[in-house]
Amino acid sequence: MLGEEKIRQITAKVLGLSQADQTEVLIFSDDRQLTRFANSYIHQNVAESNVRVRVRAVIGKRVGVASTNNTSGESLQKAVETASEVARLQPENPDFISLPEPAPTPEVRAFSEATAGFTPESRARVVGDICRRAVESGLVASGAFSTSVREIAVTNSLDVFAYFPTTLGNLNTVIMGDDSSGYGASTAWDVEQIDAEAVGAGAVDKALRGRNPRQIAPGRYTVILGEHATNDIVQVLSYIGLGALAVQEGRSFMCNRFGQQIVDSAISLWDDGLDPTGLPLPFDFEGVPKRRVSLIENGIAMNVVYDSYTAGREGKTCTGHGQPAPNTRGPLPTNMFMAHGQATLEEMIASTERGILVTRFWYTRPVHPKLAIITGMTRDGTFLIEKGEVSYPVKNLRFTQSYLDTLSSVEMVGGTTRLIGGEAASNGNRVPALKLAEFEFTGVTE
Amino acid sequence: MRELTYRALNLAEAQGASYADIRIVQQESQSISVKNGVVEALSRSEDQGFGVRVVVDGAWGFASSSYLEPSEVDRVLALVIQIAKASALVKTQDADLGPPVVHTATYLTPVKVNPFEVSLEKQIELLLAADEAMRRAQGVRVARSNMAFLREHRTFASSEGSFIEQETIESGAGLEATAVGKDDVQTRSYPNSFGRHQGTAGYELIEAMDLAGNAGRIGEEAVALLTAPQCPSRTTTIILGPTQLALQVHESCGHAVELDRVFGTEASYAGTSFLTTEKLGNFRYGSAIVNITADATIPGGLGTFGYDDEGVPAQRTPIVRDGILVGYLTSRETAAMLGQQSNGAMRADGWNRIPIIRMTNVNLEPGKWDFNDLIADTDDGIYMEMNKSWSIDDKRLNFQFGTEIAYQIRKGKLGQMYKNATYTGITPQFWASCDAICNEKHWNVWGTPNCGKGQPTQIARVGHGTAPARFRNVRVGVTR
Repeated sequence: MLGEEKIRQITAKVLGLSQADQTEVLIFSDDRQLTRFANSYIHQNVAESNVRVRVRAVIGKRVGVASTNNTSGESLQKAVETASEVARLQPENPDFISLPEPAPTPEVRAFSEATAGFTPESRARVVGDICRRAVESGLVASGAFSTSVREIAVTNSLDVFAYFPTTLGNLNTVIMGDDSSGYGASTAWDVEQIDAEAVGAGAVDKALRGRNPRQIAPGRYTVILGEHATNDIVQVLSYIGLGALAVQEGRSFMCNRFGQQIVDSAISLWDDGLDPTGLPLPFDFEGVPKRRVSLIENGIAMNVVYDSYTAGREGKTCTGHGQPAPNTRGPLPTNMFMAHGQATLEEMIASTERGILVTRFWYTRPVHPKLAIITGMTRDGTFLIEKGEVSYPVKNLRFTQSYLDTLSSVEMVGGTTRLIGGEAASNGNRVPALKLAEFEFTGVTE
Repeated sequence: MRELTYRALNLAEAQGASYADIRIVQQESQSISVKNGVVEALSRSEDQGFGVRVVVDGAWGFASSSYLEPSEVDRVLALVIQIAKASALVKTQDADLGPPVVHTATYLTPVKVNPFEVSLEKQIELLLAADEAMRRAQGVRVARSNMAFLREHRTFASSEGSFIEQETIESGAGLEATAVGKDDVQTRSYPNSFGRHQGTAGYELIEAMDLAGNAGRIGEEAVALLTAPQCPSRTTTIILGPTQLALQVHESCGHAVELDRVFGTEASYAGTSFLTTEKLGNFRYGSAIVNITADATIPGGLGTFGYDDEGVPAQRTPIVRDGILVGYLTSRETAAMLGQQSNGAMRADGWNRIPIIRMTNVNLEPGKWDFNDLIADTDDGIYMEMNKSWSIDDKRLNFQFGTEIAYQIRKGKLGQMYKNATYTGITPQFWASCDAICNEKHWNVWGTPNCGKGQPTQIARVGHGTAPARFRNVRVGVTR
């Protein structure tokens, strides 16, 4: 961990070296460790220390980027010169207006000393407990437990300076039997909030209940989606259509539908990088403060998120969702929340005459992005529900389904939400379980 | 650099490691992206660091750092020993790498034109010309084009005595034209989708692509797709074009024969494989004309190198011979579990990642057909080309892929264009239905620069040699 003072020294040095009209410096300082296990033992156990410095130079309306992970004076100078050189060599970009102006950075905290100090031995103890629990049940454990520290800093020659240290703990496991598997996961910026025992127990329970799965015919079913499956819907919708560039390029399902009902009124979705119950980050990778953005409210398409470039093109206010330069994907929501309802999982199951309980989706890919038609598989715990009870496990199914259409058939929304994150710090969603009346399965696997 | 490797290996031995290796990786990359007549992104990056892998008390540890300094080597060595000892707290057996592998060697990608010596102005000019040609088609909303170049220097040293230095150079480029209708978006790419085609080659690869000469065509095709009929839903014969077949080989064979997946060590993330080891030598993976080879030695392939990241020489390995599974992609440790020696497929995504089993160039060997003869021989079916959507289950069995463009085949001729074509199947059934593969004239090694695997995620650059091939009784047109 470099610390704010050292990072200020690096950014000041870079800005001092630059002769460009405007200059931006983005720094990621990472210390990440990950313990990976399979076949009920630790087979990979890794650590990484890295500092990456990106320099964006603006000359007129020409923009160049150079990056280095060598913080010596010579390398920083080369990065500055390279960024300016590549900027000079290109034609003007008429849509580029300016790097962002300074604005107060909101106060939010997502740093845990416990996470930062978590040791390989501590991770091994957690992993060992999960492996023992699986083996005692005649099952096999696999998964990963990571703890990391990240510092993000953005500064520019217009006097922006934003610095945020954050931590992340991430535990996931797949417990397997001969013909079954169960999944469990937990994410928190404070590793002490991770209930490893519950993660392991839940995955073992699913793997045990999933034994001797039967094949059922594909077709249209009512589904009850666990939070991890709900998160897949939210995540896919975000990258195919909830950023301003997707709308400006005409490829988003939100195009021409703002103010219209696009999903059931029980669905509200927003992005809020300042909510401490998520994985907060108070500013984006251009240093712009994060704003809460209502994406879908009571089923109505409301807004998408903006970075400074896409906001400038429409004369709108940047919402603080810029990605690291150079960025061709446009702004993205990375801290989404779906409104919870009232139902418990038990109530969802009890109210279902015939349906499928899905733990999570796997390998989901857009088939038709503008209609939000997605294909993918179920994985790690799929069960048939009959007459209000889980009747038996089923073999995994392939679906080909518009996520918007199925979100238009909401019957119940879970009363609690779960935080689900990936590898990257400051990037996670909090979502509930869902009961959806109509979901199209188009194939089965062995 | 040699001093740093000695320092690391000596420290590892002194602190009780029974095996250690160190990789020092220095990368230089450049990427240009043009969109609608404007340079959207232009960047140059440098990246460097080292990673140390050790076995202590029979268990693995890995630690890495971007600081190439002796004091940092000392810190990382202390950490990696601590990590390996922690691994040993949860082990079931000692790591076994098999017999020692010792090589002293150098390797350099042969290139005709060093891409880093070609002027940026020339590269931008080429992309802008292609961009303009794509946008000449009325209805193209977004034209994107890009080039990417990478120079990577890897130093590998092991406690067994290997010392290997390699410098690889990669070049890649691609075009993408997107047309937008009321409720439809259609994209055509060239020469491959998802960004670009890439190989271990110099700028000569870019020049051979004739980007500007193909840009107008894909722009027109993107627009035509908006009004093309939907691909019908039925079971029929399909002929897959070369880039789509590369994706098919990648997903349904390449990943399925990674021996770490087979042994369950990727179970929690990428999944396992249906090609379990009792099937080796007897399982019918495909029809008798299906021959698949992993070849890290083929010139220009994106998965071509001199030595893998365990210091094992690049090799050509049969995977499927006459339709029967005969080999896997292996590491030293997994090969030893089969009583074999590694075929050199351990590759790491940079200095900060541990080597894991990755594809090299996994190639479907060419058959005997001329493409025109194959179309003429097909009475009824669909020709599909260039991947648009891909999904496969965690055992690599049930897949569903979509292509950018498709054409009806009727009485031996290509006819009506279709949009949103998809096909689905179960891997061994699908490959068993392969009854024709085109010949060397139509065969090329396609680069896949975005293969994800592992935790933390690693991106590998791999290759697939393919020529068009025909498959019978395939379910097509699954769109909802």
